[in-house]
Amino acid sequence: MTRSARSRSVTLNALIVGFLAFWLLLAIFPFFWTLWGSFKVEGDFFSKATWQNAVFGPLTLLEHGSAFTGAGYRGAWIQEEFWRSALNSLAVVVCVVVFSLSIGTLGGYALSRSTYRYAFWLLLIALVFRAMPPITLVSGYLLPFYQWNLWGHLPTAIVVLVAINQPFTLWMLTSFFRNIPKDLDESARVDGCTQFQAFRHVIIPVMWPGVITTGLFSFLLAYNDFVVTAMLLSKQNQTMIPKIASFLGTTQTEGNVMFAVSSVVSVTAPLFLLVMFFQRQIVSGLTAGAVKG
Amino acid sequence: MHKTLKAALSLVALLAAGTAHAQTNCGATTGRVNIVGNEFPAIKTVAANAAKCQTGALTVKSNLTANHQRINVQGMQGNPAEYTSAVIATSSIVALMNENVIRPLDALVAAHGADIPKNQLITIDGRVMAVAFMANAQHLVYRKDILAQVGAEPPKTYEDMIRVGKLIRERGILRNPIGGAYKAGWDLAQEFVNMYTGQGGEFFKPGTPEAAINNPRGVAALNTMKALSELMHPDFLTHDSNGTSAEWKAGNVALMNMWGSRTGVLMAREGNDPKVADNTAVAAPMTVGGGRIPATTLWWDGWTVARNISDEDARATFLAMKNGISPAILNDETMGQAVWMIAGYKPAPVNQGVIQTMAMGAKPYPMLPYMGLLHTALGDGLAAFFQGRKDAATTLSDIEKAYATAAREKGFLK
Amino acid sequence: MRHATFLRFFLPTAIAMLLFIAMPIVSVVVQSVYAPHDRVVIEVENCTPFGCTKSTAIDQAATQKLRDENPLGRFVGGTIYVDRSHLAFAEVAEAWRQSATAGDFAARLMNLPFYKALAFTLTYLVFVTPLSILLGLLVALAVNAIPRILRGPTIFFSLLPMIVTPLIGALILFWMVDSRGIIGAAVQWLANDPDLSLKASTPLTWVMLIVYGTWSTAPFAFVVYYAGLQTVPQDTIESAMLDGASRWHRLRYVVLPHLMPLTTFMFLIKIMDNFRVFEPIVSFNAGAHAQSLSYFIYSDLGGETRLLSSAAATSVLTVAGVLVLLSPVLVRTWRQFGKA
Repeated sequence: MTRSARSRSVTLNALIVGFLAFWLLLAIFPFFWTLWGSFKVEGDFFSKATWQNAVFGPLTLLEHGSAFTGAGYRGAWIQEEFWRSALNSLAVVVCVVVFSLSIGTLGGYALSRSTYRYAFWLLLIALVFRAMPPITLVSGYLLPFYQWNLWGHLPTAIVVLVAINQPFTLWMLTSFFRNIPKDLDESARVDGCTQFQAFRHVIIPVMWPGVITTGLFSFLLAYNDFVVTAMLLSKQNQTMIPKIASFLGTTQTEGNVMFAVSSVVSVTAPLFLLVMFFQRQIVSGLTAGAVKG
Repeated sequence: MHKTLKAALSLVALLAAGTAHAQTNCGATTGRVNIVGNEFPAIKTVAANAAKCQTGALTVKSNLTANHQRINVQGMQGNPAEYTSAVIATSSIVALMNENVIRPLDALVAAHGADIPKNQLITIDGRVMAVAFMANAQHLVYRKDILAQVGAEPPKTYEDMIRVGKLIRERGILRNPIGGAYKAGWDLAQEFVNMYTGQGGEFFKPGTPEAAINNPRGVAALNTMKALSELMHPDFLTHDSNGTSAEWKAGNVALMNMWGSRTGVLMAREGNDPKVADNTAVAAPMTVGGGRIPATTLWWDGWTVARNISDEDARATFLAMKNGISPAILNDETMGQAVWMIAGYKPAPVNQGVIQTMAMGAKPYPMLPYMGLLHTALGDGLAAFFQGRKDAATTLSDIEKAYATAAREKGFLK
Repeated sequence: MRHATFLRFFLPTAIAMLLFIAMPIVSVVVQSVYAPHDRVVIEVENCTPFGCTKSTAIDQAATQKLRDENPLGRFVGGTIYVDRSHLAFAEVAEAWRQSATAGDFAARLMNLPFYKALAFTLTYLVFVTPLSILLGLLVALAVNAIPRILRGPTIFFSLLPMIVTPLIGALILFWMVDSRGIIGAAVQWLANDPDLSLKASTPLTWVMLIVYGTWSTAPFAFVVYYAGLQTVPQDTIESAMLDGASRWHRLRYVVLPHLMPLTTFMFLIKIMDNFRVFEPIVSFNAGAHAQSLSYFIYSDLGGETRLLSSAAATSVLTVAGVLVLLSPVLVRTWRQFGKA
C-alpha cells in the first residue's frame, strides 16, 4: 500500500485529500457546532433570533457573566446523575456486543459454510425478522414481561437487544466469512480437525476484521437504541439515550435541553479512544490472516 | 366549619414542613405502590410526596417517563398489575377506562378521602374514577410593549387578534406577529378542537360515536386558523409548543394562544431577554365568531388506582397518592409548578390565564371513549388544508372518513 | 457442513430469534386479523372540576361478556388490510372509476394515506440507498489511500454522523436548518432569497430529509467497505500491477469484484432500513410533508387510543413491501448460493 501511495500522481493525491477534507467538514461540522454550543445557555444555542447568538452567546454572558458556561455539564452529571445512566449503558453495551458476537459468529460461520438450501432459507427468514419494525415487536413484549416480572431489568433489555440484533449480525458475519477462503478450514479438516477445532484454530485467528466491524455496529445499535431501552427499562436502570430523552421530555423544562446536549458531547470522548483502539485491531487481524493465508 | 378546616390544614402543612425528611404517617403501613406517569416537575412533586409514605412494609416506586402512554395500559393489564396507579389527564383517562384497568374509588373515598374536596373527584357514570390535582388550559399570551406601540388592547376575540396582528405587521414591528403550536399532528388537532369548541361545534352526533365535524362551524374554525397561520412564521406546521416558546423568547412574536403550564418560563428573567420577559403578560382565552364560550379547552391531571391489584395495595395506593397531593406539598418551589387544585394554593400572576379560563366557563376537553381517535385523525388530516392542497370541506370530510375507519376497527362503529 | 454440526453452531442464535422475534411476529399476524369487539356505548354523566357534562362511556359489563366469549377479539380477516388507512382497495377502485386521466387518478391516489406515504418512502429509498453507498465507498477508498497514522482520527470523525445519537443529532440539525439557523441562513444566502425556508415547502423538506438520510447513513457503508478493503488479496493486486494494469483497472477488475458480496449485503440492509424510514420524519417535525409506513405504526401505537390491529396490519405490510423490494437481490443470492 505504501508503495502504491508513492507512485500516485500529484493530481490524484490532491483530489483524494480535497475530497476527504470536504467529507470531514460535512461530518464534523454539526458535531463541532454542538461542542461549541454545549457551553452556552439554551436561549443562545437554540435561538430563533439569529444563529450568531450561538456563536457569541449574549444571553450566556448576561446570565453567567462569561460567554461560556459549564452549567449544562454540571446539571447533567452532578444534578441529574447522568453517570448512573452511563454505567447502565456500559453494562448493556458490553453484554450486547459480547453475546451478539458469540452466538452470531457461530451461526454466521455455519451459514457461510453450509451448502444446503436451508441455509439460504434461514438467511431469508432472518431478513423477514429484521424487516419487522422493532416498535411493533417491543409493544408485543410489554404484556408478558410485566406478567412474568421481567420488565424493567437490564438483563431483559440485553437479551432483547441481542435477539433483535441477530438477523443483522448473521447477515453481516456470513458475508465476511464468505470472504475467508474455504480451503483454510477444509485443509484443517483434512488434517484431522473436527469442524469446531477447525473453526477455533483456523478461522478465529483470521476473522477479526469482520467481527470487529460487526461488533462496531452491535455496539452502536445497543448504544444508540431508544425503542427497546425506553420501553423496557425502569427509571433506575435507565440507559443514556432514554435519560437524554427525559431531559428533553414532552414539555421542555428550561435548561434541561442543554443537559441533553452536554451529555451527548461528553460521552463522545471515550468513543474516540475506542475507535482508535479497534482501528488497529482491524489492521492487525488482517496481518494475521495474510501470514496464514 | 370551613375556617376550622382551613386552620387544620395549615397546621398539617406546618407540621409536614417541619418534618419534611421524616416519615409521614399516611395511614397505611403495608402494601405496594407503583406510579406510572408523564415526567414534568408537578408530577415529580406528587410522586416524591407519595414516596414519603414508604415504611418497611409499604413500598412506593414510580416510573415517570414521556413514554407513559405507551406502557401504562399493558402495565395495568396483568394480574396483579405492575402499576398500582397511573397519573393521567383528561384525554388519557379514556384509554384506561376503555380497557377497564382502573377501579372505581367510591369506597376508598368514603373510607379515607372525606377531606378531598368534591370538585377534585372525577366521576364517570356516577362513579369516582380519578382524583384531579392540577388544571391547565391554553389562553392568550401577549407582549405589553408591542401592543402599546400599536395602541391596541389585549384582544378578546380571535377576530381582534387577527386585526392587531395585521396592524403589527403593517407597522413593520414584527414580520410574523402571531405564534401558535400548529405542528402537524397532536398540536394542530388540539388547536382545531379549541377553535371548533369556540364556534359552538359538537364533535359527534349526540349520543353516538359518529363524527360530525364537516359543517359550517368546522369550516369557519379552519378558516380562522388559516387567517391566523398567515400571520405566523412560514414554518408553523413544524412548531410544537417548544418551538413556539422559542419564537416567543427570541422576541419574534407578540400574540399567541399558549398552554398555561408553559408561560412561567416565558416570564422568568432567567434565561430570557429581559425586554421580552418583562413585557410578557397573560390574559383570558379569546372567543371566536361571536361565541360566548372561549375557544379553548380545560384540562386536568389526576391519578387513578389500578383494578387488578389486591384491596390492600389499592388502599395503600390511595393513601399514598392522597398524601402526594395533600396541601402539605405546597411550598415556595412547588407553588409555581402548576395551577394546583389543592387547598392553600395561591395563584401567581402567571397563572391568571388558566384561572380566568375556568372563570369564563370554558368547556373541558371531551372525555369520550372515541375522542382520541378523532384527535389522531384530525392531526393527520389537517395539514393538507394549511398547505393549500385541499379545501376546508374536503379536508373535514376526509378526516371523518379516516376516523370512521379507525372507529370501525375499534368496534365503535359498525 | 453436516446437518448435526450445523445445528450445533446455529442453535443459540436460532433460539434467541425464535423466542424474541418469531413468536412476537406470530402474535402480530394474529392481531392483524382480529379487531377489538364491538363496544357497547352507553350515555353517562361525567363530573370534573369544571362541572358535569352528558357524555358516553363503554358499558364494561357488556363488553366484558363479549371478551370472555372470544378473548382474541372479533375475527375480521383481511378487512383491516384493505380498509381506507391501509391498501384501500374500495377507494382505489372508486378513484379509478371517477378519474378521467392518469394524472387525476394519481392525485386521488395521493389522497389516501397509504399511497401518499409510499410515494415519499420510495422516493427517499431510491435516492438515499445508492447515494449513501457510493459516498461510503468513495470515503473508504480515500481513507485507505492516506498515510496510516492519519487513518484512526479520520475513521472516527467519519463515524460521527452515525455515533451521535439521532435523538440529539437531528434535534440540533433541525435548529441549524431553521431559516434563522446557520445552515438555513447559508442556504438563503446561496439561493439569494431571504424568505426561503427549508421547512415550509414539501419539495425542500423532502430534499432536506434525503440529504440528512445520506449524510447519516454513509458512515455505515464507509466502515463496511473500509473493513472489506483490508482483506483485498495483495498478491492479486501485485500481479495485476506487474501486468501493467492501470489504477482504474485494478479498482474495476480486482477491488470492486472483491467488495461485491458486501455491496449486496449493504443494498439489502439499506433498502430495508430506508423503506422503514421514520426517525428523520419525527426529528425534523416533518409529518406535514412526509409520512412513511413506520410513521403510521408509531402514530397508531402512540395515540391516546391505540390502534393495535391497524399497527399490526401496517407492520405486516411493511415486511411484505421489504420482501417485494428485495426480491431481485434475493433471487440473485439464491442463484449464487452454494457456488461462491
